[in-house]
Amino acid sequence: MREALTGYGFVLIWVVGFLFFTLIPLVETARYSVNRVTVTASAINLDFVEWANYSRALFTDPNFVELLIGYTIETLVSVPIVLIFAMIIAMFLNLKFKLKGIFRVIFFLPIVITSGPVIRELTAQGAASAPGISTIPAVVDFLATLPRALRSPVEYLLTSFVLILWFSGVQIMIYLASLQKIDRSVYEAAAIDGASSWETFWKIILPSLSTATVVNAVYTIVTLSHFSENKVIQYIYSQTYSVQGGLGYASAMAFIYFAVMIVLLAVVYLFLMQRAKRS
Amino acid sequence: MQHVLRNPVVERVSGLLFGNRAHRGWIFSLALYVLLIAIGFVYLQPLLFMFITSIKSPDDLLNPMVQWVPTELFLGNYEKAILVLNYSQTLLSSLLISVIPSLLQTAVASVIGYGLARYRFRGKRLIFLFLLATFIIPPQNTVIPQMLAYRDLGLLGNPLALILPAVMGQGFRSAIFILIFYQGFISLPKVLEESARLDGASDLRIFLTVAVPSALPSYIVAFIFSTVWYWNETFLTVIFLEGGVTTLPMQLSRFTQAYENLYPPGTVNIFDRLNEAVKMSGTFLNILPLLVMYFVLQRWFVESVEMTGITGE
Repeated sequence: MREALTGYGFVLIWVVGFLFFTLIPLVETARYSVNRVTVTASAINLDFVEWANYSRALFTDPNFVELLIGYTIETLVSVPIVLIFAMIIAMFLNLKFKLKGIFRVIFFLPIVITSGPVIRELTAQGAASAPGISTIPAVVDFLATLPRALRSPVEYLLTSFVLILWFSGVQIMIYLASLQKIDRSVYEAAAIDGASSWETFWKIILPSLSTATVVNAVYTIVTLSHFSENKVIQYIYSQTYSVQGGLGYASAMAFIYFAVMIVLLAVVYLFLMQRAKRS
Repeated sequence: MQHVLRNPVVERVSGLLFGNRAHRGWIFSLALYVLLIAIGFVYLQPLLFMFITSIKSPDDLLNPMVQWVPTELFLGNYEKAILVLNYSQTLLSSLLISVIPSLLQTAVASVIGYGLARYRFRGKRLIFLFLLATFIIPPQNTVIPQMLAYRDLGLLGNPLALILPAVMGQGFRSAIFILIFYQGFISLPKVLEESARLDGASDLRIFLTVAVPSALPSYIVAFIFSTVWYWNETFLTVIFLEGGVTTLPMQLSRFTQAYENLYPPGTVNIFDRLNEAVKMSGTFLNILPLLVMYFVLQRWFVESVEMTGITGE
């Protein structure tokens, strides 16, 4: 009893904060999303419109659904790349070799730099695309032959390749930390049993990284979705202050966006969980 | 064939080249370095591009022969960028806006993480669920009512608008830090706590004298991450601080406009017009403080990451 009370004492501030800064604003935003909201200097006027804001976002707005589809494609392309790339780099950094410190410093660097405006400037100057590839005429011709559904993921991949890699700093770190937790003697035992490094990877390393993979996938999706240069977020933000849209419309779009994000999280999570169970 | 391979000299040479159980071969090492350097270059390329462009003079910019090696070290872009960014002032506010919330956020996250890790009470699972929710919910789903509330309280443009959530464990990505501390504290041996309790220490005292010193690596990691993320955050800072405080990333995001205010387009000669070199100088100045911090602390930082073993199990 006393223990529980002390425990509550430690987390009380979080509960209060959660109410004031997350739960109440969330409910409030949900309320705005089914109203037309007009803000005056002294008050906020609500005018109940049922699902009008939602249906406008989904069926009338010429941009929003397209942005959402773009966001979904970009996320689904980025997540596997970030995961595979982070895993490879982490396995390299887990080996013993000279100058390891320098490479670690380089690969953790993106944790420090990935801010919206910096990335925007770099992208604008073309410094974030895979060096030179997307402008090679042969590549441009090849892209033109692809069906539209396939073209945009490939195009995104080429123009934002470096950007995608830049989002893997934290993930490399998480993989590295869990690689270092694997007991050295497990590798030795595998080597004595005659396992090749290929088998060691599939039978030992990959299964023990499955938790880290789920964490990394969730982290990647959330970071990409919250990133301030994300086009959907920018569109929602621009609608907040527009006369046509306003707070109610922006709130409805925010909830639709959130729902798409949850679906993405669920799909990726279930996919990874199933793989983890099978192996 | 068989006895040739068994020959000790051949075996040694192939061991050197391809490696054996005890040692990695030269070919493998070479491949490893080539790969690492190639990927490292891809990582650094945007930064190199940024830095090299930033020291190009207007002549070099126009000269198609000059790609990666400028003919001279030209610092004029930096002079302009410092003026446009109003550097000393925005740097100072950026520091305040990132360091103060980070310190508070780290301290509070450690308290909450400790409570979750060391005490049994009802509703803990619910708290974990909501904790995860605070990480996942996009800021634009909660920011508007917050902004309106701040407006009524007269807190828009005031650093308190960022500090208040941080103090209540709802700061930028607070959930991650709470989980890091939770992980750190859950592995703390119960014996330490019990012996302190026998000495008559209160719960708070045990937290301060036993738990806090043992979690130093977690504090370092949480503080550095927190500072970097607050520094880079623009969505919330623009909404909450606009009109009051201007941070470096905020000023960078309206660089073009600020430049044209200082150097009106019609009045300056061709060499003083806004070009990409000036923009890259501004971008570089923006990340320079973070780079300096990173290179000073990196050793400490990497070690702390290893000691905390962030995995989120």
